[in-house]
Amino acid sequence: MTDPKKHGLPGQSPGGKAKNLNLIGKPFRRVDGMSKVTGQTIFADDFVAPRMVHMKLVRSTMPHAKILRIDSSIAETMPGVLRVMTGEGMQKTFGILPVSQDEHPLCIDKVRFVGDPVVAVAALTEDQAANAAAAVEIEYEALATISSVEEAIKYSDPQIHDYADDGNLHKVVSMKFGNPEGAFEKADVILEDDLFFEGNTHLAMEQHATVATAEADGKVTLYSSTQTPHYLHKALTRVLGIPASHIRVIAAPNGGGFGGKSDPFNHEICAAKMALELGRPVKICLTREEVFYCHRGRHPVQMHLKTGFTRDGEITGQHLKTALDGGSYGSYGVASTYYTGALQTVTYNVPHYQFDSIRAFTNKPPCGPKRGHGTPQPRFGWEVQLDKAAQKLGIDPAELRLKNLIQPNTVTANYLKVGSVGLKQCIEAVIEGSGWKERYGKMPKGRGLGLACGSYLTGAGLPIYWNHMPHSGVQIKLDRSGGVAVFCGQAEIGQGSDTVLAAIVAEILGIDIMHIRLCVADTDLTPVDLGSYSSRVTIMMGNAAIEAAERAKALIASAVSEKLDVPKGRLGFAEDRVFDVENPEVGMDWPDAVIAGESKHGTLGVTGSYTPPRSPGRYRGAGVGPSPCYSYSACVLEVEVDPETGLYEVEHVWMAHDVGQSINAASVMGQIEGSIYMGLGEAMMEESAFRRLPKRMSNALVHKIPSMLDYKSPTFLDMPKMTSYVIEDPDPNGPFGAKEVGQGPLLPMMPALANAIFDAVGVRVDQIPIGPHMVKKAMDDLAKGKEGRFGPGKFPDYEFGEALNVPTPEEGGDGKATNNEARGLAADRGTMTIKPVGGKKS
Amino acid sequence: MADGMTTATLKVNGEDRTVVFPTHHTLLEVLREECQLTGTKHGCELGECGACTVLIDGKPALSCVVLAAEMEGREIETVEGMHTANGPHPLQTTFAELGAAQCGYCTPGILLTAKSLLAEKPFADDPEIREALAGNLCRCTGYNKIIEAVTWAGAIARGEDDGAPTQEQVFGATLNEGAQND
Repeated sequence: MTDPKKHGLPGQSPGGKAKNLNLIGKPFRRVDGMSKVTGQTIFADDFVAPRMVHMKLVRSTMPHAKILRIDSSIAETMPGVLRVMTGEGMQKTFGILPVSQDEHPLCIDKVRFVGDPVVAVAALTEDQAANAAAAVEIEYEALATISSVEEAIKYSDPQIHDYADDGNLHKVVSMKFGNPEGAFEKADVILEDDLFFEGNTHLAMEQHATVATAEADGKVTLYSSTQTPHYLHKALTRVLGIPASHIRVIAAPNGGGFGGKSDPFNHEICAAKMALELGRPVKICLTREEVFYCHRGRHPVQMHLKTGFTRDGEITGQHLKTALDGGSYGSYGVASTYYTGALQTVTYNVPHYQFDSIRAFTNKPPCGPKRGHGTPQPRFGWEVQLDKAAQKLGIDPAELRLKNLIQPNTVTANYLKVGSVGLKQCIEAVIEGSGWKERYGKMPKGRGLGLACGSYLTGAGLPIYWNHMPHSGVQIKLDRSGGVAVFCGQAEIGQGSDTVLAAIVAEILGIDIMHIRLCVADTDLTPVDLGSYSSRVTIMMGNAAIEAAERAKALIASAVSEKLDVPKGRLGFAEDRVFDVENPEVGMDWPDAVIAGESKHGTLGVTGSYTPPRSPGRYRGAGVGPSPCYSYSACVLEVEVDPETGLYEVEHVWMAHDVGQSINAASVMGQIEGSIYMGLGEAMMEESAFRRLPKRMSNALVHKIPSMLDYKSPTFLDMPKMTSYVIEDPDPNGPFGAKEVGQGPLLPMMPALANAIFDAVGVRVDQIPIGPHMVKKAMDDLAKGKEGRFGPGKFPDYEFGEALNVPTPEEGGDGKATNNEARGLAADRGTMTIKPVGGKKS
Repeated sequence: MADGMTTATLKVNGEDRTVVFPTHHTLLEVLREECQLTGTKHGCELGECGACTVLIDGKPALSCVVLAAEMEGREIETVEGMHTANGPHPLQTTFAELGAAQCGYCTPGILLTAKSLLAEKPFADDPEIREALAGNLCRCTGYNKIIEAVTWAGAIARGEDDGAPTQEQVFGATLNEGAQND
């Protein structure tokens, strides 16, 4: 009825970017596009199984307490109730990182935040389970709470976990590359700033859901909204104590993830355990309030940033301190901690660099990875400080950045190997698009432009647990139908990874993407892919898919070559045919070519694998930051600020992103626009705020806003005009040269807003999100002759001790530290040991 | 209270369905559970996100805050009703083509809201589209592709050929032209 082709979706990218490719680089319909617009996609909560029952979790109402008594006697007698389960039967801990296996599926001795699960109840209906859960009585003995980084530094008693680097400090890091002190001595201008980035959450539209089905022979299958089915499989194996081969995890298409479904969760493990105990399928779908408790969102980060510049704007060195409020569990926190420092060096040349960081345990929902994982916070600090430096040095902010641009194929001071760098083109695009040169600093009061850049890794260089196996595997099965089945463990979370997988195979085999049937994210059936995190899927799955598809192509080519008597090297694969490129009418249709292949070779199956290149860093902590390649982004943002009230409106965003090579041009634009949106939400309004209930209640530390209504996020009416530029600077490590696009374009948004507000009204807001009251306060102060700034006063006092000392490549370093006994390693000794108890909290 | 059951005949996507459900259950629950129409999604069950939007007598309504027991005699349309024997609705085609559905979870609610808008205002422009969809949250797209897809579908429904997205909307702006794109 409606043929879009007839209506003219442009099919070819401008400037012939598609480089002899049939499909890759063009915009095309996602392979899951029609099923998503017709309601056919089966998300986890849409899945039903015969005899399925429902589960609810009873969650802690206390932020920090010992569990004295659990009374489920009433709940157990209520209608429809099948089982009330406590943590007693699941003593093993779990967690996403091997170094922080600190969660129980159900708390056993104590609870660590409001929302920590204690009891699971299964009943015939969801209503019955909810009613019974409400009837469970839990008696607690309240413990003093740790509510901030400052308190975590001050008090090691009560200790939230019995392991930590230092009391309630989960992780302490201090590392020095080169000679930052010397660099500051050489600097003509030194800037020091204290900044703060409030925590926020993913708010994926889909609430986490899981259906577990037990088979009569004791096996269990989980159908779950998870970004990381492989890691969930490992966690289930550990806790359930049954062989991994008896557990099957299938990741349902996620209704959005953004990092929020990357951890193995209590409800998933409880559902599996409950299904095994009851011998029937068990479903749980979290309420939105519970999703806020699961959290794993952006860490609140305090920063102290010190950078030296020469008079003409060259960066001499940098010292960054970050303090992360980690919440109550480890989650990805150790990696998050390192990520707040690792990528400071990949956009501009920073020859000497020191990074100190602490992550505190606090009695709040656990923080974890959100889009940009640990890097938006320091990126905000860095790009705001560059704006201040430009002002101080009298250099245009764009010029200052261009002057210090990292060069392609560089090894940074902290041993990250940078490949292609399209940042210069990105800056030039947004400068030109926004009319920067004519308008920056020259517009009437109240209107301003802000520039900021960013960079993100294309896949983490190391897996979460140490091993020598591939990070991604792809298997292809071809048969006489002409259909091609592609198997891969990757999880589709909305980003379009299914489409990337199908498109790459279709491109190489020269067939219509409709011939491809995918089987993904199923630990029984698909080769392992580590999951949808760290922008790793396109590059890792993509390279594995290329290897597998090339092997399939070689098998078909050898058979067709014999059949047609054409040398293999002369065969072309395109438009569902295999043919002689010198004589195109000599050829075979695709199904006949597969038949020739199956006749010659027997059953046709091939595999491909991908492991990232080894990174040059050899120091403790060098595992966080390396990537096969880095994406680059630049943004100019235009804002209109009311000089009376501080109310502001973002009018226009120009975003340029270096994606290396688009796979699906439509998806690339979708990721850029989605990143602009999410970044703007964080910059303007999104925050995970907490408050203390009054003493007469429980004095508990609770979410101010565990609802979608109160957690403000941008609507259709809040979005500015967006102009996006796709820059394609291919990287040899990427599939067809592709780099990431899912996270990078989010990074420049927050500093671009802060910088634009400065251009508009001459005041600095050094924290995120930027509320109009902050702008107003800073403007009022400026009018009174004070500093026009709103932001934090000081970084928490903490003695980091001796830093791990790593000579830079420029200094002839070999990637190793010269003092392994220093903090970076000593800190590691503290992991999983019980620290002596310090001062009591009064 | 959970024991009170209601029997009702609901007209969903033009089909009569007689269902038995707990009286306090919402239309959302009855559509998903008793009718097995799981295309209707939920993001909060508190009327905050718009994911559960269906059409009741052609008007968008949040099915999570409507009691199913009150729906007898009303015409209910869900996303499953948009794809008919004649093929997909133009909105479904344009959403799929442009990638206006990424994770696809908010999509059914947005499609139905947009369908109602285009039925009421066939010439809906950008501000009208934004206004109509302001109650539907989407965390993936940044809303841009959705606006383009609704605009395009409107043009297709009107029999016009000029509503397709531009080169810039599909591939991004090009250098040397960015400044003129306002």
